[in-house]
Amino acid sequence: MKYMSEYRDPELAKQYLKEIKNTVTQDWKIMEVCGGQTHTLVKNGIIDMLPKEVEMIHGPGCPVCVTPLHLIDKAIYLALEEKVILCSFGDMLRVPGAEKSLLEAKAEGGDIRILYSPLEAVKIAESNPDKEVVFFAVGFETTAPANALSVIHAHRKNLKNYSILASHVLVPPAIENVMEDPDSHIDGFLAAGHVCTIMGNLEYYPLVEKYKVPIVVTGFEPLDILQGILMVVRQLEAKKAEVENQYVRIVREEGNLEAQKMIYDVFEITDRLWRGMEVIPMSGYKVKDKYADFDATIKFKVHIPEAEENQDCIAGEIMKGIKKPVQCPEFGKKCKPTNPLGAPMVSSEGACAAYFHYSGLVEA
Amino acid sequence: MCLAIPGKINSIELQYDGKVRMAKVNFGGIVKEASLEMLPEAEIGDYVLVHVGVAISKVDEEEAHKTFKYLKEIGDLGDLVDVDDYLPQNDD
Ligand code: SF4
Repeated sequence: MKYMSEYRDPELAKQYLKEIKNTVTQDWKIMEVCGGQTHTLVKNGIIDMLPKEVEMIHGPGCPVCVTPLHLIDKAIYLALEEKVILCSFGDMLRVPGAEKSLLEAKAEGGDIRILYSPLEAVKIAESNPDKEVVFFAVGFETTAPANALSVIHAHRKNLKNYSILASHVLVPPAIENVMEDPDSHIDGFLAAGHVCTIMGNLEYYPLVEKYKVPIVVTGFEPLDILQGILMVVRQLEAKKAEVENQYVRIVREEGNLEAQKMIYDVFEITDRLWRGMEVIPMSGYKVKDKYADFDATIKFKVHIPEAEENQDCIAGEIMKGIKKPVQCPEFGKKCKPTNPLGAPMVSSEGACAAYFHYSGLVEA
Repeated sequence: MCLAIPGKINSIELQYDGKVRMAKVNFGGIVKEASLEMLPEAEIGDYVLVHVGVAISKVDEEEAHKTFKYLKEIGDLGDLVDVDDYLPQNDD
């Protein structure tokens, strides 16, 4: 496919790898923030072909993985309510809640619909006026405009039976959180290209200034990632710390201003709990008061106890890049995609799932 | 979940009483609908990046070549790389 397959060329990939090898003179730890990039790295074996000096650390950029347990339990609770149709992206389905997953709730009779776009949920609400349609709106900045747009559409159509259960997280505060953690020692970052497609690059200049680390906005195909790594390594070797944009075919410096307008129409910034990590100040979006009628947390007063995380799962350390999936004692043993103990084993952006499927370390 | 895929706009129609531009976007043969509300400048024939049913960016055809030129630009391996071998091909 145009603008995809040519960025997978194995010959040019080899030349990039060679150039990385020629450039590097000492050990560097580089974090790819986004789970989609983790999958490209592991799936294509790039991680094993990089020179030993370059260690890739997998970051917290998996929205499914960081959605708090309590919120998943709320979604499951709502899904089992008689008059609710719960809509969600497919990735959320198998994520374990305290007692069950959405998939198990579906088997118990919950009306759960897997959608490609939140705009479809609005259509479902329109054609089911006697039902309450709740969209489980998880995601990073990339997905926030689409989720906001669904609220704008529902508002425009004057629908009274549509709401979103919002769990939106933001990348720059997560980078800050990683840099402040004394256990993680990251020398440079590949920033998530699709997040920057929406938000632009401006938020990264203060981070570069404060932490003196290179941040390269990077795409998702193998050549994108290899070029991004090379750009970070070149900066590190030259003792530079700058914001650079590898993904120039997609990302503009200021981002997509129309999309930002929609986000700020519907959402405001709030503190947010990241599953397995902690509450990170100003790291998420919540629905603004003016759209309170479309906020499922206000519309439905769900009182369920806060459950404990599964003690065997070290997802928090995985998400912060402190440990690799293979360092988890349950990886591939008690924890598999068919029977996951934690979200990173099920999400298409989860690091544990990437290692399970592609690293050749376990028999899938 | 941040997965987003580039495709070519085949056609554009107005929905929601003419308030919203919806496009039919061709992803290597598979055609899907995408909202153009965040890309007011997008036109038929443009390549756009689509995420969960919403077009979020126009692919910049000029800049798209940079990944193939980068090694040459920074020097060393330059002679080995013939940019023309890698330029995006039209696939429609
Ligand atoms: S392998 Fe499973 S148990 Fe271990 S951290 Fe990953 S999701 Fe949790």
